[in-house]
Amino acid sequence: MEKQRGLSHLDELEAESIHIMREVAVSFAKPVMLYSIGKDSSVMLRLAQKAFHPAVPAFPLLHVDTTWKFPEMYEFRDRMARETGMELIVHVNEEGRAQGIGPFTHGSALHTDMMKTQALKQALEKYGFDAALAGARRDEEASRAKERVFSLRTRTHRWDPKNQRPELWRLYNTHISKGESMRVFPLSNWTELDVWNYIDREKISVVPLYFAAPRRVVRRDGTLIMVADQRMKLDPGEEPEMKQVRFRTLGCYPLTGAVESDADSVPAIISEMLSATESERQGRVIDRDGEGSMERKKQEGYF
Amino acid sequence: MSPSASTQEFRAYVNAREKRDILRFITCGSVDDGKSTLIGRLLYESRLIFQDQLARLEADSKRHGTLGGALDLALLVDGLQAEREQGITIDVAYRTFSTDKRSFIVADTPGHEQYTRNMATGASTTDLAIVLIDARKGVMPQTRRHTTILSLLGIRHVILAINKMDLVAWSQTVHDGIVEVYRDFAKRLDVTDLTCVPVSALTGDNVIKPSAAMGWHHGPTLLQALESADVATDRERLPFRMPVQWVNRPDTGFRGFAGTIASGLVRPGDSVLICPAHKLSTVSRIVTADGDLTCARAGQAVTLTLADEIDVSRGDVIASATHPPGQSDQFACYLIWMHENALLPNRPYLLKIGTHVVGAQITALKYKLNVESLERVAAKALELNDIAYCNVSLDRQIAFDPYRELRETGGFILIDRYTRATVGAGTIDFALRRASNLTRHKFAVDKPARSAQKNQKACVLWLTGLSGAGKSTTANAVEQRLHALGRHSYVLDGDNLRHGLTKDLGFIPADRVENVRRIAEVAKLFVDAGLIVLVSVISPFRDEREMARRMMEEGEFIEVFVDAPLEVCERRDPKGLYRKARAGELKNFTGIDSSYEPPEHPDIVLKTGERSVDELADQVIAYLRSRFEHPAG
Repeated sequence: MEKQRGLSHLDELEAESIHIMREVAVSFAKPVMLYSIGKDSSVMLRLAQKAFHPAVPAFPLLHVDTTWKFPEMYEFRDRMARETGMELIVHVNEEGRAQGIGPFTHGSALHTDMMKTQALKQALEKYGFDAALAGARRDEEASRAKERVFSLRTRTHRWDPKNQRPELWRLYNTHISKGESMRVFPLSNWTELDVWNYIDREKISVVPLYFAAPRRVVRRDGTLIMVADQRMKLDPGEEPEMKQVRFRTLGCYPLTGAVESDADSVPAIISEMLSATESERQGRVIDRDGEGSMERKKQEGYF
Repeated sequence: MSPSASTQEFRAYVNAREKRDILRFITCGSVDDGKSTLIGRLLYESRLIFQDQLARLEADSKRHGTLGGALDLALLVDGLQAEREQGITIDVAYRTFSTDKRSFIVADTPGHEQYTRNMATGASTTDLAIVLIDARKGVMPQTRRHTTILSLLGIRHVILAINKMDLVAWSQTVHDGIVEVYRDFAKRLDVTDLTCVPVSALTGDNVIKPSAAMGWHHGPTLLQALESADVATDRERLPFRMPVQWVNRPDTGFRGFAGTIASGLVRPGDSVLICPAHKLSTVSRIVTADGDLTCARAGQAVTLTLADEIDVSRGDVIASATHPPGQSDQFACYLIWMHENALLPNRPYLLKIGTHVVGAQITALKYKLNVESLERVAAKALELNDIAYCNVSLDRQIAFDPYRELRETGGFILIDRYTRATVGAGTIDFALRRASNLTRHKFAVDKPARSAQKNQKACVLWLTGLSGAGKSTTANAVEQRLHALGRHSYVLDGDNLRHGLTKDLGFIPADRVENVRRIAEVAKLFVDAGLIVLVSVISPFRDEREMARRMMEEGEFIEVFVDAPLEVCERRDPKGLYRKARAGELKNFTGIDSSYEPPEHPDIVLKTGERSVDELADQVIAYLRSRFEHPAG
């Protein structure tokens, strides 16, 4: 919308997200908020509390549990549900669980499809949810950059990118036909840095795994995997070692690589991100004469 | 900023970043004007491009690049264009980048001529546009088209980036010539703030760094222009408006009205008017999860409580009592059509404005705008990407402001009632006063009185079906029976009416819609007169039959599907029309080259291929009897 003097970047993003959440709550018969326990979910939860205050948000939380999350995530999830007073629905693909599907034995692709994608569809159908709020952002990947805030799903839960509804102003079209559903992304215009800045500003709790600490990890295919529970079988010659690490994203522990870092607080994480940004920019925007950096040299050489 | 920086330094830094605002802008230009390269360069120069991405870009440049293996920045954007070629993106992509001064959200729209719809989508949420021009080609039809759309959507700030200056020897004469032509065009539109920057996206001249080769340019570089553009409207200084999104009632003790403030300021104690109901009240509290506020401003999402127990619901606008919004149910507006199915005047749509959804019809297409020449062209229907000036009529009064004054209370979208698709977007120009100048006079003898006198229940039997299906034959038989039973009836026959009431109409879809509308209006009058009305008209489209249904009172409209297969109708061909249509002598013939949408839930289905006319007439009479315990029997 038109720029408004006086509201900061984060104020504006916050207001936009609240507006979107309210629009969902009033326009759909049975909305739900997908809750993945990560930092984006934590921000979504805070925004939902703000949107409906003093009422409790008018929709339940849905956690699609692959059964392979870090133990700290489960603890955190249950604590947040208690604190917010929101209903928490946990759904597991029982068929997958019965077959013992897991990333170590079946590979990441099958595991993800069965325990996440299929499980989500099962849950949406089981409870008849017609709108699902999720925390995806447009800066995450290329196809998301093109997806609408209100994104229509067909009866078979498919996204038809060629047939997206025009989305003008703040006038979201919430009308759907029977059997169709809507995925809604209130954080569409946020970046990863915005999310951390907001966590910092609002003092939002996140899973401690985001903060650097000594953790028992093994290096597999160049990735640091945390030995989170006894289901992880060590290969011959593999020896877990203690390293100061943290996680930038959280998912199933066997599929989530740690990074070595000393960032043990939200400000330290932001500093870590900024220094990565700034060093890039030093060579480009701020450092106008641009000598020195390898990138600059390449650039000069090429042009 | 290093991880080891002190906490104090960190806070100062974060605070400074937090104070930056967001500039939302759109880039437009033709396919080969260098838009991808320009955006690629802005991303490359100002956003973090990590080592791995850079390595990939180098490899891609060697493989797909157009610069003989040199770093091709367009590929940063065109990673998506591969998908484009597979048809995914004829669509807006949103990208973000930031500098120390500002955060930016770019709506990147594809340059092809036919994507007005996507450009309008991208432009609607932005404050500024970069219009890109190839210095070798100058102002193109596409440039005019985009500028017109920008102007219609109220984008007042334009940066004209004249690109590929390296290919015209950095010539100021070329640059100035293009600027003059462009200014001349923009003058006729609502572009109030124009900044011109000669650039080369390829070499980076004047994109971020001032160009040594173009010392004659004294204005800002492109990035400087983006960083310094003052696009903040003074929405805070406009009268207060807040469309109510949701009524928050967690318990009986609290009743709050949640919404995003569209304009102005609000403080506890302010007098406000609830529109369109026109009820006065006073703001008690501004409630947020972070505590009550003493003042809230445009852009904020808040919850208001009022001093009085009055009825306020979603769709209402809480507004300044001293400067309330306008109120009407008829408007003159600009409309951008965004769907493959044409807009037909008088077809019923849903219209969403603010947080309100109402029924709407386009009652008159004043003209279609040729967006390149700005010429006004007559039109009977609107096709995808057409822009028109028209009158819209709503099924109830709404609060509004002209779009040029406030986007939030003056912009609307149109939604198809059946597919639920967003089919158009419009901007209110002004209210037509006619509705408020006309007052319905109430007459003492009314429909129930007239029906009672005739000892019957007035209704409409709407016979729809293909030409030759047997509509008129059946209507005739039914009316004979009603007449014999002493009932008062009338048949409105589509073919007969074309000699008078509808003789100015043809058979194109727009005329068919108007044909049905007129017949439905007449049927409504006859029902009001207390008659049993038989309508016999092909009425091929569901929307218009639905419109007719809604014009009557609940239960008065009986949809009768006169159902005969096309082959049967064609074999009968009582008027020889199918033969002519097949021979190509008759255009827009239903069932041949014009579609028929059968009813989804008809009240009566008459299989004319399987039963005799007498049996069918009996079936209708039996239905009327059971439906109304009709005195007809």
